[in-house]
Amino acid sequence: MTKLNTPLLFVSGAMLMAAPWVIDAAPYESTMGLVQKIFYFHMPSAWLYLIAAIICGVQSGRFLFGKNRSVDASAVAAAELALVFGLITLVTGPLWARKAWGVWWVWDPRLTSSLLLWMIFASYVLLRRYGGPGSDKLGAGMALFGMANVPFVFISVNVWRTLHPMTSVVPTLPVDMGGPLWFCLTAFLLLFLVLLNVRTRIERQRARIDDLFLAEDEA
Amino acid sequence: MKPYARALIVAALLAGPALAVAAQPQPSPDEFVPLSQAPPGEQIPAIRLVASAYGFVWIVVVGYTWSLASRLKTIEHEIGTLERRGR
Repeated sequence: MTKLNTPLLFVSGAMLMAAPWVIDAAPYESTMGLVQKIFYFHMPSAWLYLIAAIICGVQSGRFLFGKNRSVDASAVAAAELALVFGLITLVTGPLWARKAWGVWWVWDPRLTSSLLLWMIFASYVLLRRYGGPGSDKLGAGMALFGMANVPFVFISVNVWRTLHPMTSVVPTLPVDMGGPLWFCLTAFLLLFLVLLNVRTRIERQRARIDDLFLAEDEA
Repeated sequence: MKPYARALIVAALLAGPALAVAAQPQPSPDEFVPLSQAPPGEQIPAIRLVASAYGFVWIVVVGYTWSLASRLKTIEHEIGTLERRGR
């Protein structure tokens, strides 16, 4: 996977650079007009935000019950990516809402649960960075709790009818709107894989440094 | 009653409601209703919001990628130093 990082990053970068032209070619949505084009970056980042939360939760579960230290590194990496993609989602969403709804933010179930999930992973990252010994197990429990929120975030728009568009919007998109969406999603997904791999590697190297320091102290 | 007189009465009855509506005061087509501000839909330029959203995404993606590259370089340099010291 490490060898693939550079070509994947190159492909993803090229796709993201081409994305404005692809999005520009997509038709305008009838009621929202131009501002709906934020959707092509907002939705892929929202999906990757939830995927990162699931990866962090699954790897934390494996760490907690299997005591495998290497999976903990990918849990930390996924949590940081959940923060990054969550931040993109939580900033681009209100920019869209300002025009579509006339307000920056409403405390509806989708928006509130997304913010709550982001705060859980922000707490996780802070805990892992400053929590000291034992924070790995506590953090793993917190990540499992965060992952349990993901289905709630996803289905919230279908269970409680709110201002936010429902999940049925995506499968019903016409081809000329769906094409740009899948293009952007692929670009973001490739970027996500590279970032996850590099961030995991950093975490593993950090653990290796700790081992080298311990070996030096023992010697 | 003669047929033409009957037709006149029916026409007058049918025209009555239309004449009543027409008699209502209608706003003149050259009369503008002033608002102190533009309507909300006109006040929010979508292009600025779209540009801000895409600009923000680019800043975050480039910034985070650069941060990861920088962290990886630092940590690998540190490992190299420690390994040389250990030999």
